[in-house]
Amino acid sequence: MKKNISIKITSKKLSLQTCYNFVQDDSCGGIAVFVGTVRNKTKGKEVIKLDFSAYEPMAIKEMNKIAQQALDKFAIYKIAIHHAMGILKIGEVPVIITVSSSHRKAAFEACQFAIDTLKETVPIWKKEYFEDGEVWVNSHP
Amino acid sequence: MKIKILFFGITKDITNKSNLELEFSENKDINYLVGLLEERYPKFLSVNGFSVAVNEEYVERDIILKNNDIVAIIPPVSGG
Repeated sequence: MKKNISIKITSKKLSLQTCYNFVQDDSCGGIAVFVGTVRNKTKGKEVIKLDFSAYEPMAIKEMNKIAQQALDKFAIYKIAIHHAMGILKIGEVPVIITVSSSHRKAAFEACQFAIDTLKETVPIWKKEYFEDGEVWVNSHP
Repeated sequence: MKIKILFFGITKDITNKSNLELEFSENKDINYLVGLLEERYPKFLSVNGFSVAVNEEYVERDIILKNNDIVAIIPPVSGG
């Protein structure tokens, strides 16, 4: 693994501090942070919890590709992408992305690129649980 | 030849299994395999499309399968 990339998939609670510390550097003028949190509703319907699962070895590879692309495309210094697995309740944190750069624009852009691409390509799935049932997100036409 | 197929998300629920081994003759592509799966599990047709990965890399449907390939059925992802 490259020393300017931190990728993690874990069933433990994610640590914002760990992601922050990984990218922090005295050469950088800023750190952009994206924290995904479990929302209490989907299309007006109350959500109880989410259950995340992954094709883990491939997900790690795809997350590394995203991080490498972010480093290639934007003038950033370091990037961390951590994702949690298993049951998460409302307000809990499934994903954290931190990016450091000399100047803020690159960090903002890389952070947005990373979360947008993760949602499109990384083989991770979430099942939403409601009072009256459950559904795999995005899987039904 | 022998192929191992991995199921995730909604396709794991439909098949009620996380993997399956299939044997068939050489020179078959992904389309052929997907056809077999849709025949065996008609509910696959109700899924909002899926991608396929071979040995942990996304592939097009026309690539030819090799002995011992690990094929993953990737329903629409929803990480983040």
